[in-house]
Amino acid sequence: MPPPVRRIAIDRPPRVLPPSANGAGATAAGSPNPRRRLARPPVSDVIERMRIESVSLAYGARWVVREVTLPVRRGEVLALIGASGSGKTTLLRSLNRLTEITAGATRAGRITLDGEEIERLEVNELRRRVTMVFQQPNPFPMSIFENVAYALREENHGIGLGRARRRRSRRELEPDVVDALVRAGLYDEVAADLDHPALRLSGGQQQRLCIARALAARPEVLLLDEPCSALDPLSTATIEELIVGLRESVAIVIVTHNLQQAQRVADHVAFMHLGELVEYGSSEQVFDNPRRERTREYVSGAFG
Amino acid sequence: MATRATPLTAPGGAPLAGRPRDSIAAWPLADRLGYLTCWAAGIALCLVTAAIVLFMLVKGISYLRPSLLVQSPQGSLDQSKAGGFLDPIVGTLLLTALGTALAAPVGVALAAWLSEYARPAWLARTVESGVEMIAGVPSVVLAIFGLLVFSQGFLSFLSQTSAGGSVFGKSFFAAGGMMSLLALPLIVSSTREALAQIPAHVREASYALGKTRATTIWRVLLPSVRPNIASGVTLGMGRIIGDTAIVVVLLGATLQTEGAGGAPLLSTLRGTGSTLTSYVYTNSPTGEGNAPQKAYAAAFVLLMLVVGLNAIVTRLSNGPRATNAERSPLRRGLRAVRTPWTR
Repeated sequence: MPPPVRRIAIDRPPRVLPPSANGAGATAAGSPNPRRRLARPPVSDVIERMRIESVSLAYGARWVVREVTLPVRRGEVLALIGASGSGKTTLLRSLNRLTEITAGATRAGRITLDGEEIERLEVNELRRRVTMVFQQPNPFPMSIFENVAYALREENHGIGLGRARRRRSRRELEPDVVDALVRAGLYDEVAADLDHPALRLSGGQQQRLCIARALAARPEVLLLDEPCSALDPLSTATIEELIVGLRESVAIVIVTHNLQQAQRVADHVAFMHLGELVEYGSSEQVFDNPRRERTREYVSGAFG
Repeated sequence: MATRATPLTAPGGAPLAGRPRDSIAAWPLADRLGYLTCWAAGIALCLVTAAIVLFMLVKGISYLRPSLLVQSPQGSLDQSKAGGFLDPIVGTLLLTALGTALAAPVGVALAAWLSEYARPAWLARTVESGVEMIAGVPSVVLAIFGLLVFSQGFLSFLSQTSAGGSVFGKSFFAAGGMMSLLALPLIVSSTREALAQIPAHVREASYALGKTRATTIWRVLLPSVRPNIASGVTLGMGRIIGDTAIVVVLLGATLQTEGAGGAPLLSTLRGTGSTLTSYVYTNSPTGEGNAPQKAYAAAFVLLMLVVGLNAIVTRLSNGPRATNAERSPLRRGLRAVRTPWTR
């Protein structure tokens, strides 16, 4: 026998909250404009650290990035925006050659770090200089201290080759670890429990720990791949302020799906569509006066 | 859903029509039968387990004397002079330790290679089917194969050589070596499955800090799967403790642990002995000893040993439910590396 169909009779109109006194616009007017740019401390000087020249990237026979040319400068935040599948993340990952761990990924064009082609650099050396923070907070299952110290410790290459280095002691590492945590704005919250497991932190704290970890070895460039997409608005705001503050000391590239976020944190914005760089310019220009029709549609929310 | 004390009502206060919760009476017949089967299976398993434990408890405790635990077995028809089973207990512990010590590092290394490198692909496939093959081989087959291998002249240092020059091929070394093959597939598979559960971005986070693959495995991935390695090792130890065929064929299943002479521990390891399983076998009505009371007592000790080892390993890998401050540094370390991805 089939189970009886459960019926929920609605015999009255649904109730909605009463309209507020100021009319429909009250909510929008009551909260700060979400698109307002964050207050940014002046930057002493802007220096180009990386240069992406006619870079194309492919997975197998499928080109996902075509002929992109962009500068990455210390002293400013570069935001890569665009719909899903526009190649932003792939481009970002190619900057520290993380694309190489994907089988079948190929690259054409030149990427330089301080004038040197990144192919010429030893890959782990490059990745110490160009570090990355991911979408999901991913602290390692160790203590907070060890998470940051992990980035600082140089593992001894070649066992028994005579150049095995001594494991650096905690006391030697402590100043650098604390410094990284301070720069990531996490130190005050965790100072008392550096030995607690990192996985007990909240999501926002975990992500800031990942930023601290990425900053610990004093990289020249920090890559952020949608760093706030797994976080709540408050943690997002904290991290955005952090990003703006960090641009003084490190070149920052951020991939984001969130246009308001790009507007809040970025100095320069690159809009990508289907693997091509459609528009690159200052944040104000791209958002307020886009030169291309495609950009206008995207930043106004017509697609994506 | 938790049962509600008051019936569900709509926000306006009107009671909802229909049943507040699904009740089994409303389910289709097939669902009800399936549900019943699940319950019955669960309860049947509990009953069987309870029966085994209770039976062993009653039999074991009624025959167990403290003296049995500290006396070596003696060859005597008079049961009051046939001694206890100290040697089999020591033999079980020694053999388990040896087998696990051999299997754990090899198994973890194999799992790490299969999960993180696995190149060239044909080699990975071969290794994989090799591990599966070993998992499927009956232990008695491993035992006679082991006898063949360890009787070779060049392996004579692992066992004893008779006056005539033929290699005995039976020793703790030989049995431990073959026992490690029993535990190996369990350790490999539990470690490998856990490694496969770690999301790719965790590895990438480590590479993105300029760390090599080896460092990532050693410092991030293996610590993350430590509880799973522990459970694989526990399962492996269970198989080693429970196996009889290899003990009979490769350890000699002698009445007493007999050293091969020389340095104390090495002498024992090269010598023959027995374990609780072989002791239970020989003293059961089927075996030549025919002392069922002692067999029951030994089986009880064996059961307790397995339960105890499981408890120790679980506790070591999970840590007790205490706050961090109350914990010893070792425990804190173990707690800190508990895996977040594989629970």
